[in-house]
Amino acid sequence: MNMHAQPQRTLAETALIDAFGERLSLLPGDGAVMVKRDDAIEAIKHGLPTRRVESWHYTDLRRLLTKVPAFEAGAVAKALAPVLEGSAVLPVLNGVSSAKLPEIDGVTVQRLSEKLTDGSVAPGLDPYGDDDAIGALNTAFVADGYFVDIADGTELEKPIELQNLQAGGQSHVRLLARVGAGAKAIILERQTGEGDEAFVSSVSQLVVGDGAEVTWLIVQEQPETATHLAQFKAHIGKDAKLTLFVMNAGGKLVRQEVVVRTTGEGADFKLRGINLLAGDTHTDTTMVLDHAVPHTTSTEVIRNVVTGKARGVFQGRINVHQYAQKTNAKMACNTLLLSDDGEFSTKPELEIFADDVVCGHGATVTEIDHNHLFYLMARGIDEKSARGLLVKAFVAEVIEELDDEALVEALEARLDGWFSTHG
Amino acid sequence: MLEIKNLHARIVDDGTEIIRGLNLTVKAGEVAAIMGPNGSGKSTLSYILAGREDYEVTEGDILYNGQSILEMDPAERATAGIFLAFQYPMEIPGVATMEFLKVAMNEQRKARGEEPLKVPEFLKRVKEAAASLSMDINMLKRPLNVGFSGGEKKRAEILQMKLLEPKLCVLDETDSGLDIDALKIVSDGVNALRSPDRAIVVITHYQRLLEHIVPDSVHVLYKGQVIKSGDKSLALDLEANGYAGVIGEAA
Repeated sequence: MNMHAQPQRTLAETALIDAFGERLSLLPGDGAVMVKRDDAIEAIKHGLPTRRVESWHYTDLRRLLTKVPAFEAGAVAKALAPVLEGSAVLPVLNGVSSAKLPEIDGVTVQRLSEKLTDGSVAPGLDPYGDDDAIGALNTAFVADGYFVDIADGTELEKPIELQNLQAGGQSHVRLLARVGAGAKAIILERQTGEGDEAFVSSVSQLVVGDGAEVTWLIVQEQPETATHLAQFKAHIGKDAKLTLFVMNAGGKLVRQEVVVRTTGEGADFKLRGINLLAGDTHTDTTMVLDHAVPHTTSTEVIRNVVTGKARGVFQGRINVHQYAQKTNAKMACNTLLLSDDGEFSTKPELEIFADDVVCGHGATVTEIDHNHLFYLMARGIDEKSARGLLVKAFVAEVIEELDDEALVEALEARLDGWFSTHG
Repeated sequence: MLEIKNLHARIVDDGTEIIRGLNLTVKAGEVAAIMGPNGSGKSTLSYILAGREDYEVTEGDILYNGQSILEMDPAERATAGIFLAFQYPMEIPGVATMEFLKVAMNEQRKARGEEPLKVPEFLKRVKEAAASLSMDINMLKRPLNVGFSGGEKKRAEILQMKLLEPKLCVLDETDSGLDIDALKIVSDGVNALRSPDRAIVVITHYQRLLEHIVPDSVHVLYKGQVIKSGDKSLALDLEANGYAGVIGEAA
């Protein structure tokens, strides 16, 4: 007899377990997929992670997730004009992919529901560890999304925008992409919606082929009532480059995980992140980066603006494997704290098992520089505008580094949008 | 235009008194040079005129066109027409110079009830001003003062002054860090702004700058007071004999 004492389930845990029972018959998947779903919900039944789980220390999901809304089958979300003009848009509306898809040269797009039904995605559904609550939640409930395959050598003329738009209730989406050897692509992942009570899980999985170059941009602008649990996982091949840009500018409870592994020599990873935090919200960006082979490089720059009662977290863990010699990795997390009630926690971790590497990290928390403020005001710019300019400058620096005029303009417009409502 | 009356001011942080009963009057159309040894309070005076919060006025007053400016913040003073060309212009990463110029010009216009400049007119003015100072327009695409050499920063200050068309210009050691050619260009830029309705206060260590920007009056600042005033010959006298004589006289 099992005498193990289970703590009483929270409302959210109960809601999730009940929802799984109700949804099960509607979820696509062959036998292999359904087994993964069962395993995943078992993990949830053991309880959501608390602060006692190291990787969730600053985001006690069990305490913070106070309730989970039911599915709203009738809710309607509408596709949006893309962030980058001219992008091919692949919308997931209220958790459902579109049957009508744009034709893009060198690109094959499949609905994920089909790949769940035929079981071809089953091997990728395993959570990456015991503490992978987002992976488990998503595997249990995922119903749709896309698989985007970009053929070897294809240079995409237009960006692709993957839109995950919620309209309230729950949605669980997976976005898979393979960028073939030598291919070049800009892919934007848009996470937003208009549902008041929303619970979203979204997992993106990317394979960057040898010599390929990918810029992947996550623009998260959920309403201030939504819970958004997201994961981005990538493998970067030989001499391939991945730039991941993450902008969190919304959501009530947000966790964006970034799980990246360099798999071929010469691979390069750049993470550039902006967290614009306002209101009474909690936003966590957690990165686990594995330098798994020799001669790979990475830089991570995270900039945070904290206003109101917002709380932010950045955890950045870099694992340099034993034979991953000549690794070069640098991580920085800078926070502009604009309110006495806001807070930001930074936890850099370097786990280095190789002996010939260059790794560094730094973290700062600052207020607005009074010398800068004085200089701008001495030119006639009133205090409010001057502060606005300086705060925007602090994060815009990260965007400007992307070095692509159309990208920079489009993202700065998103920034302006945020500042006009929260400035 | 500018009347400083028995001004006393101290550093807010530690209470050190820097300005100790300073009197100075500068009329419209006048170019006044302020000279003095290190630590006499020259830069402090310029910051106090611009409204920097690190200093607190404890006594006396500063009148600009007959009105006290002590209660005005730096932005209000700037829109009223007071301009400080900084000795060490601040580097501000992330703020594009062009964007900054546009915001500054339009904020000042707004405060005066004028329409914002249209983009072509704005660009035209910037191009003209940059050309007159032999500045590369591409420099202005960079973040404000970031990566500018010392000389480029000083030119950028004068560029801002030209574009903002202030009525009272305070130049804090604008000659420091300039080579002879740049000194000439910057001085020409300042001289072009001389006009009957504008006053210019030039703070400097050296006579050299005053050969290019010839002052109407020269004032020696020492221990937070003006201890001697005269015409341009006073600057020559200081250059030849140093401050010791003047300081001795005053003591």
